[in-house]
Amino acid sequence: MILTLGEYSMLDISEIRRLQFDVLVIGAGGAGLSAAIAASQEKNIKVGLICKSLLGKAHTVMAEGGMAAALGNVDNRDDWKIHFRDTMRGGKMLNNWKMAQIHAKNAPERVRELEHWGAVFDRTKDGLINQRNFGGHRYPRLAHVGDRTGLEMIRALQDHGIHQGIDIQMECTALDILKDKSGKISGVVCMYRETGEFIVFETKSLIFATGGAGKAWEVTSNSWEYTGDGYGMAYEAGAELIDMEFNQFHPTGMVWPPSVKGILVTEGVRGEGGILKNSEGKRFMFDYIPEKFANETADTEEEAARWLKGDKSARRPPELLTRDVVARAINNEVKAGRGSVHGGAYLDIATQRSAEDIKRKLPSMYHQFKILAELDITKEPMEVGPTCHYFMGGIKVDAKTSMTNVDGLFACGEAAGGMHGANRLGGNSLSDLLVFGNLSGIEASKYSRKIKSMPKSSDEDIKRIIKNATSILNKEKGNNPYLIHEDLQKNMQYNVGIIRTKNEIKDGISEIDNLKSQFKDVKAAGSSQFNPGWHEALALRNLLISAEAVAKSAFMREESRGAHTREDFPSEMKEWLEYNIINKKGKDGNMETIKVKRSEPEAELKRIANSSIEELEKEVKLDHNK
Amino acid sequence: MKERDFKIYRGDDERGELVSYKCNVSEGMVVLDVIHRIQADQANDLACRWNCKAGKCGSCSVEINGKPRLACMTRMNELDEDKTVVITPLKSFPVIKDIVTDVSWNYEQNMKIKPFSPSEKDKEKDFVMMQKDVDRVQHFRKCIECYLCQNMCHVVRDNEGKDKFAGPRYMTRLASLEMHPMDRADRIEDIKDVHGSGMCNITRCCTEVCPEEIQITDDAIIPLKERVVDRFYDPIMMLFRKLFGKKKKETTN
Repeated sequence: MILTLGEYSMLDISEIRRLQFDVLVIGAGGAGLSAAIAASQEKNIKVGLICKSLLGKAHTVMAEGGMAAALGNVDNRDDWKIHFRDTMRGGKMLNNWKMAQIHAKNAPERVRELEHWGAVFDRTKDGLINQRNFGGHRYPRLAHVGDRTGLEMIRALQDHGIHQGIDIQMECTALDILKDKSGKISGVVCMYRETGEFIVFETKSLIFATGGAGKAWEVTSNSWEYTGDGYGMAYEAGAELIDMEFNQFHPTGMVWPPSVKGILVTEGVRGEGGILKNSEGKRFMFDYIPEKFANETADTEEEAARWLKGDKSARRPPELLTRDVVARAINNEVKAGRGSVHGGAYLDIATQRSAEDIKRKLPSMYHQFKILAELDITKEPMEVGPTCHYFMGGIKVDAKTSMTNVDGLFACGEAAGGMHGANRLGGNSLSDLLVFGNLSGIEASKYSRKIKSMPKSSDEDIKRIIKNATSILNKEKGNNPYLIHEDLQKNMQYNVGIIRTKNEIKDGISEIDNLKSQFKDVKAAGSSQFNPGWHEALALRNLLISAEAVAKSAFMREESRGAHTREDFPSEMKEWLEYNIINKKGKDGNMETIKVKRSEPEAELKRIANSSIEELEKEVKLDHNK
Repeated sequence: MKERDFKIYRGDDERGELVSYKCNVSEGMVVLDVIHRIQADQANDLACRWNCKAGKCGSCSVEINGKPRLACMTRMNELDEDKTVVITPLKSFPVIKDIVTDVSWNYEQNMKIKPFSPSEKDKEKDFVMMQKDVDRVQHFRKCIECYLCQNMCHVVRDNEGKDKFAGPRYMTRLASLEMHPMDRADRIEDIKDVHGSGMCNITRCCTEVCPEEIQITDDAIIPLKERVVDRFYDPIMMLFRKLFGKKKKETTN
């Protein structure tokens, strides 16, 4: 039914349409589609998939560089153990050990599966899936399609997924989770964006593949969808959020013109040999090589050039250090007055590769700069700077099942936290989507099979959720949701940005409190039919919860690790390696932020992650010869 | 920063009008930025679709001064400074609200296409495909499903045509499957009867509007038409098939 203004008070719950599922997936990017496909392969499991946009438009489509998997097609020394070690080192050892292992072990199989479903990757000379170099990966590891890997992935999943009997609901926004009396998942209340109609999906299990909350920052590579819906809903339902202080600022976003500030420039540019220079023409990354990575990084331009030519004895250029390191370096150069004309760094591929190579390997970058910045990247350097890109943190899940602490609620992809620790390696996201999408789909099916009858939701909960949504439209007057959002973005950008200090974060938290109270009086004009102002207002609650969790965790973690940089605590602290920070809704309704001791990893995993690269390469060689 | 004039369609499929707005335009702005600014300051409920803002998702397709374009890739400085910019919804699909149209018909066409079908035996080991053999397939797979070609196709634009022709987008998809080295399905009969390849009379309007510069007509539609002709209208091949049975799979390009 479609509610007109003022009708919610007379809401007759029996008139609201209901649909039943065994497994319901929210979010139809790479993770959500993978989860739905995996669940749909189980016998007698009815699967639903909800997307906020049209199918095939989710943010995965923006991913450019590739998906990391130790296929060993380009360098046969590669192995899951080395991928695992790279991932742990990139995450500054704060990763969930088990998740990182599951990811590295399963990624190759999932990539092959995607090829069987119709993805057409770039090929090696021998006709296998080609792999490219990327930051923090020891070998060429990223299966890719030029610089449009995300599009290939989502299209392959979409075109395979639509034939698996999944009920797909497009342009449908999830508002809040429903639970039965015992506290387990019983459904979710949603709204069709097109009509404003509310609908209740009753389900035995729910998988959140809802992505991150990058829209809380001003300079971001994320689209409007990235409003932390999963974080907000899960939090309200009692789930825990973990590692929320770790927000990845991708080192290379566009900086000019202003209207495209933040749009992603793929790490593939550096993977293909692109170099970073400051206004003095200096290739500055050589000055920012962390001690831990010094052994594995080239220290002269000559060595870096040999590496680019394929010399296996040469070490990797410093431009391919992990994203946290490169983002901070650019930030530092700009602060020191050596920035580019519009306050970034110069990213130069023109002098490193032929125009033909650039157009073939990086066609969408060529196109993007040509049209949006009127710049030819085969002739001139790009101007780039850090842009908010990815949430390492997210909903806390069990590594082996992807289930949260709420019975029947699962999370995967960017919505879930833990796998990437303090910093994610490029290319590990797309593979994460496939691996944990698949895993959560299977596990949620198993869980649902054990639940004999559909859990019952309370009518009062449904009414309350709908009333919360419609009251935004029904107020006489109130605050403009767009302006609250803009204020939040400014606040996060300046107070909880790439470099953080105690006082600024404190200011950030009090501004979030202020915005929370403004949000109470938020008003959207117009009707419930395809009304972006209303949708914006509905997303604000989730954005504010996400931002608060980020700020409070960032305040608590008094060290600098990976993507979380505290100017007042500039180095990694050994004692902090033992803790994760968790946010959850307290009994009084306020957010609780607590330090939780990490559990001890399996000895074998610890050994692999801490091995020297030489030792591990020897071991892998023996493994491969067996 | 300069104030510019805009007219945007407001309304639904039955009723609507062009509403005038003024908006300050600064360097580098694209049409989608203008729509967002108007939405934030003057018309909170102005409906529009968008996602990536970088020409990669194909959500923000509209008509700008009568031409089908991606709003995120149309820079304000390429439009005449003294003229009002008119933004209207895609003409081939029913308007939901303002500049948002109902594109569900496209999803229905995709459902009718036999999906990628490799053999079980091929799936047992890594696919071996040479780059030169997948170049053309990859060219088709650049499609971002913005439906500008569908909007521009005069067969699709005619409502009755929608029952007979899947449109250029899905001809491209069919071509990508037919030319995939590992695909084993036979779609030639479907291409003729279900997807209506014969309806296209090669006016190339689709190719002209494709933001990904896919050679839809020359590389996808014409080769598919040829395959249909080979199968159904070539007397020698018909005799050959009568004698030796149906060919399982067209050879790849």
